[in-house]
Amino acid sequence: MRFRLLLATVLIALASPTWAVQPDEILDDPVLESRARDISAGLRCLVCRNESIDESNADLARDMRLLVRERLVEGDSDTEVMSFIVERYGEYVLLRPTTDGVNIILWVAAPVLFLIAMLSAGLYLRQRGSAPEPTKGGLSAEEEKRLKELLKD
Amino acid sequence: MIIELGHFALILAFAVALAQTVIPLVGAHKGWRDWMVVANPMATVQFLLVAFSYAALTYAFLVSDFSVKLVVDNSHTLKPLIYKISGVWGNHEGSLLLWVLILALFGASAAWFGGNLPASLQARVLAVQSGITAAFMAFTIFTSNPFTRLEFPPFDGTDLNPLLQDPGLAFHPPFLYLGYVGLSMAFSFAVAALIEGRVDAAWGRWVRPWTLAAWVFLTIGIATGSWWAYYELGWGGFWFWDPVENASLMPWLFAAALLHSAIVVEKRETLKSWTILLAILGFGFSLMGTFIVRSGLLTSVHAFAMDPERGVFILMILAAFMGGALTLFALRAPVLEAKGVFATVSRESALVINNVLLAVSSFVIFIGTMWPLVAEMLFDRVLSVGPPFFNMAFTPFMVALAMVLPIGAMLPWKRGNLTRTMRPLWGLAAFSVAMGALTWALQTGNSPLVPIGLALGLWVVLGSLADIWSRTGRGAIGNRMKRLSRLPRADWGKFTAHSGLGISIFAVAALVGWETEDIRVVQIGESFDKGGYTLTLTSVDRVQGPNYVSTMGTLEAYRDGRLITTLQPEKRFYPIAGMPTTEAAIDYKIHRDLYITLGDPQDNGGWAVRTYIKPFANWLWFGCFLMALGGIFSLSDRRYRIAAGAERTRPNAVPAE
Repeated sequence: MRFRLLLATVLIALASPTWAVQPDEILDDPVLESRARDISAGLRCLVCRNESIDESNADLARDMRLLVRERLVEGDSDTEVMSFIVERYGEYVLLRPTTDGVNIILWVAAPVLFLIAMLSAGLYLRQRGSAPEPTKGGLSAEEEKRLKELLKD
Repeated sequence: MIIELGHFALILAFAVALAQTVIPLVGAHKGWRDWMVVANPMATVQFLLVAFSYAALTYAFLVSDFSVKLVVDNSHTLKPLIYKISGVWGNHEGSLLLWVLILALFGASAAWFGGNLPASLQARVLAVQSGITAAFMAFTIFTSNPFTRLEFPPFDGTDLNPLLQDPGLAFHPPFLYLGYVGLSMAFSFAVAALIEGRVDAAWGRWVRPWTLAAWVFLTIGIATGSWWAYYELGWGGFWFWDPVENASLMPWLFAAALLHSAIVVEKRETLKSWTILLAILGFGFSLMGTFIVRSGLLTSVHAFAMDPERGVFILMILAAFMGGALTLFALRAPVLEAKGVFATVSRESALVINNVLLAVSSFVIFIGTMWPLVAEMLFDRVLSVGPPFFNMAFTPFMVALAMVLPIGAMLPWKRGNLTRTMRPLWGLAAFSVAMGALTWALQTGNSPLVPIGLALGLWVVLGSLADIWSRTGRGAIGNRMKRLSRLPRADWGKFTAHSGLGISIFAVAALVGWETEDIRVVQIGESFDKGGYTLTLTSVDRVQGPNYVSTMGTLEAYRDGRLITTLQPEKRFYPIAGMPTTEAAIDYKIHRDLYITLGDPQDNGGWAVRTYIKPFANWLWFGCFLMALGGIFSLSDRRYRIAAGAERTRPNAVPAE
């Protein structure tokens, strides 16, 4: 009987993946559970393409979800849970990359690019504003006429 | 036989494409008219040959010709007809042929509808376009031949990936390709103009419809892809910052920037070199996206190293076209004299800010997408860059964009006065902020996400209304209404697309901020409450589909004792592909989606059921639809039709030097 139940479970597990967070994983304490959900959303499922363990169906993701909850129940803070997981699985699990070392380049890229772009745009606009209105040129009279015809609203 | 003919037609088309790349360029350089105009029939022939080749491959799928390797790998006799058709592009080789088909179609369209272009410009555009097509044909023929036969054909195929057997995904790639490839037209125009050494208002007008069309297609493609992810992947996510998604978002942002800066070229003959650069980079990002998706580089560096042939080929195409175009740009850009002068406060400046925000946000996505690769190769750090990073890095740009949009849209050309432009807008801004504050006070929880999203969305929509109303001038309401109906379609396009953006911003915020979830075990016959509804699981049945078996739950949703709807979430299993899928059951309503998926049977006889209330989910797709519709309005504006019709009044075209 025990064996048949086991077999049935295995067969079901093979036929259909377990579905992200399972009802039996959910912690009784809603505050703890919501912390667990937040933490899981930031951890990458190692065997999936691009999913957090919170979204993933993989068995490994389930193990990691259970691990996160286990640590939380034992009283770890969010950062402690995170560093515990990172220690075990490596930096790769963090969906939000750290800011240490060369990663700083990634984090400052957006503001720096934006400043450079705004600065060059500003310089260009100032120069544009003071440039003299150029005389019409480059087009022949006929082309000028045809341009008018095309641009007629 | 038909398969071989299709293969042969593709090779023939490749030869035509090569000739079409060289002959018109020489003709335009030497001023030989017949060498230039020969590009037109060549483009048509090239298109017909590729179309035949594509039809041959489709035929193989329709009749389930299992002597063709591609059909064996991606089809099955039991597969419904529509997925036999979509199966043609549901794989690398076939989708590449579709890509080539669309390239040839755009090239042929430039030949058919480009009659009013100066002969040398048209010849050069067609030549550059054909060069791109030839490169992709070579890629198809030499590395990814879809027509490969099998010596011993099997009795049946291994079926298409079940995730792709869905209407949303079946029609999502063709739209994306139309968008990616549409940007190749803007690129061809840019390179042709650089060779000519001249960019004028007419160039801006010619390049805009192609960019608009590409952008509309990309919008539709991205929206259907996102919608598919929403209902198919089983938890209602709509955007994952997956490299494949980023690959489509980057060119979309560039196309949006380009179609705005092309307005400046058209109306004011300035920002020329910047617009050319955008056109080049826009297509560059399209190619980059193709590279990302097809090389497998980002899924795994190791997979790429094992089979680098395809990736290296696209990288070569990318390097050749970007390198060539940017070199040409560096040489020729200084020649492009800007004409229109404008003050710092003006519509031109506002559009420059629009361009900065769109282009920089696109670059940020690019850096985030490529960073894991760079970190691993150069710094030996294996890391991930996921949604938390992208949300933080990308959102500020969109917030800024939404804040300046209504003001920029109403600033006059050349020289504006901020005080005057803001006069009708202050009230709207105050109202939007007040509504955001009200929402913040009324909602449960104190996340600022939805209030900010609502205020921004409202500001953009009301600003668009104020803008189109201001276009009717002054006078009695009746007269202004009359004038409103006679406004050019471009104005309506602007209004519709901008409103769509506002609605989408609000919807994203509401969906992310207000979604609620419920996961539980339900026995058959048991009821539970969620978000004001009482749901009863009445049965779970096994249902046989055409090429799958389904476990289908039936849930009745009651509100105040009245039956609202019956929902049937499914878990399907495709035995041939050996893959399960989930089919969520969704009750779509204007203010929320009720979203249910069925999980596993539990030990105690119950079933895992996940229920979500997703507020304003439909508004997101509706907003995207409005953006695309706005693009179509703009595209149908009288000016472009007249520009196309102007040819007839001018039978003897003089080739421009």
